[in-house]
Amino acid sequence: MPVISYREAIRHALAEELERDSNVVVMGEEVAQFNGAYKVTEGLLARFGPQRIVDTPISEAGFIGVGIGASMLGIRPVMELMFWSFYSVAFDQILNNAANVRYMSGGQIHCPIVIRGPANGGTNVGATHSHTPENVLANHPGVKVVVPSTPADAKGLLKSAIRDNDPVFFLENTMLYGEKGEVPAGEHVVPLGLADVKRAGTDLTIITYGRSVLHSLAAAAVLEREQKISAEVLDLRTIRPLDFDSVLKSVAKTHRVLIVEEQKPFASVGSQLAYMIQREAFDELDGPIHRLATVDAPAIYSPPVEVEQLPNPRRVLQAALETLA
Amino acid sequence: MSKKPTFKEATPPAATDHAQAPVNARLSPEERIELFRKMVRIRRFEERSLRAYQAKKIGGFLHLYIGQEAVAVGCCSLMGPNDHVITAYRDHGHAIAVGMDTKPLMAELFGKATGCSKGKGGSMHYFDPSRNFWGGHGIVGGQIPLGAGLAYGLKYKGLKGAAMAFMGDGAVNQGAVHEAYNLASLWNLPVVFVIENNGYSMGTSQSRSSAGELAQRAAGYDMQWGQCSGHDVYEVRAMMDKFLTLARETGKPSTVEIDTYRYRGHSVADPDNTYRSKQEIEEYRRTRDPIQLFQVKLLAEGVLTPALAEQIDTEARAEADGAADFSEASPFPTPADIQADVYWEADNPADRRSQGRLFFT
Ligand SMILES: Cc1ncc(C[n+]2csc(CCOP(=O)(O)OP(=O)(O)O)c2C)c(N)n1
Ligand SMILES: [Mg+2]
Repeated sequence: MPVISYREAIRHALAEELERDSNVVVMGEEVAQFNGAYKVTEGLLARFGPQRIVDTPISEAGFIGVGIGASMLGIRPVMELMFWSFYSVAFDQILNNAANVRYMSGGQIHCPIVIRGPANGGTNVGATHSHTPENVLANHPGVKVVVPSTPADAKGLLKSAIRDNDPVFFLENTMLYGEKGEVPAGEHVVPLGLADVKRAGTDLTIITYGRSVLHSLAAAAVLEREQKISAEVLDLRTIRPLDFDSVLKSVAKTHRVLIVEEQKPFASVGSQLAYMIQREAFDELDGPIHRLATVDAPAIYSPPVEVEQLPNPRRVLQAALETLA
Repeated sequence: MSKKPTFKEATPPAATDHAQAPVNARLSPEERIELFRKMVRIRRFEERSLRAYQAKKIGGFLHLYIGQEAVAVGCCSLMGPNDHVITAYRDHGHAIAVGMDTKPLMAELFGKATGCSKGKGGSMHYFDPSRNFWGGHGIVGGQIPLGAGLAYGLKYKGLKGAAMAFMGDGAVNQGAVHEAYNLASLWNLPVVFVIENNGYSMGTSQSRSSAGELAQRAAGYDMQWGQCSGHDVYEVRAMMDKFLTLARETGKPSTVEIDTYRYRGHSVADPDNTYRSKQEIEEYRRTRDPIQLFQVKLLAEGVLTPALAEQIDTEARAEADGAADFSEASPFPTPADIQADVYWEADNPADRRSQGRLFFT
């Protein structure tokens, strides 16, 4: 199987879907002539031309709104936000218009739009550029939220997202763009709403997604090696729809739960999970559910300190030991 | 792809007229030299910070102001006690122009506790309210309503002053900018919206991002507007003096578009090879460098000597090196600092009035 980067995996998904469906249009700041702020869309302009790969001015509310309107007529826009952090400029379009129009029209209208871009900390870009809004987005019924951790998942999930008839928000990670992994060439589709056991284990379930999966796998390896503890790492991959059956299955196996998320703790994805697990699997639990999140403050700039604000392998390891204590 | 539709190419040497504008004619030799010194200090600071970035002392983004110095220096040199400044992420020039010390500025880039924002904000988020400098903002266009708000505050308090709200040529396409224009005009707020038009928003030239001319949009909001060259610090001062006076005296807002150019990529990460030619950059450096142009003028005026120019440059380099040394020697914040400066009440526990948990794990 070819080994490619997360960035290339996303590019391949875009190119294949552009090829497959003439209604797919890629739009965003610097996606065409500049080849993408993070080079995800590199080469797409040359291959598909300016009708399909469209540079926009810095007008997030405007161009996202344009994408939503076009999607109501059956266009399948894949919008790039240079950073998901800029979603706040387009909040009304995303969460009033895209999220609600199907409902408010009694099901007459749907919005097959994808909005994608990086949402993460760890690159010292400060509080305005480090938001991780998957919880905020997923709070809105009518939308779907995807956070892939590996190149293969990124490709397969993006292809599903583009084919989906609901608005799908696809949260990538600048720290993962260069990560490599095996990715099937050609048609490789991962359905939305299917979690993936990235590492099987018996003593502890670490539920996580996005880049925190990598931290959790690193910590799990240390746990195995140094403590003879077998941790299962369950990658949610999609936040909404949520594969809660896989969560229940893993909890029933290990009886101990640690949630790891690059999220501010208040009303996070982990908060929702913890509620559901205690509600539906209370008797399976041998101890309280633990959660490791971002330290509760706006993102600090200072490079060595930001590492400590975010989940990292050392913090996951410590949290895992506390969960088992 | 050339920079932009050429509505106003920089006027060749005859531009010495601007030296005769009253606001410039009354400058003492010392004040003229101070304008020059500030521009040189900005440039050397920026070059030193670039080297620190390349040596991996700085994280995140670094947007350099090199080439644009006459804009911030010209505008901020007109500030009185009740005048205020707010800008975007390309903020080092404005910070130095309003008089911030370069040590804490450099230390902020290094992410140190001695930085102007304690290492919390980084390059894009410099602040110094004691010098009426309100940032340093990372979201394109987001600072512009705040600039109108500063003007609202001035007006409400009955203070005679003006706010300058700086933005780039790409920022003019944000909805928040247009809402701020309307509010400022409707409510007569003393704000000058300053568009620093360097021809590009990242890799997008003005002609690929904006319909029509930029400053002229102000007319749609019944605001006065002007355009000038930002390569000549006298011209910047002459134009801005007019609109700052309008704001202070009548409370009326305006928009000023200042033509300028950045020599470096959008940020240090920009390979700068898709959207403009090397010749274009060289042409600007050779013919319109704001420091060179002003040096020539001051030499001709007999205000500056080659020896003094040399000395100013040497001092500016030493200052930048000193700021880097200071930053290197300073401590990083600690993880315990992450949750300081979030809430006023948490930092002032003796005066806390609310109850309940402020932070969560
Ligand atoms: C809302 C928002 N969208 C996009 C960006 C990314 N971005 C940062 S600077 C920039 C270009 C801005 O250009 P301009 O306004 O001309 O200012 P300049 O960089 O030339 O000073 C872009 C697209 C951002 N910071 N905020
Ligand atoms: Mg610009």
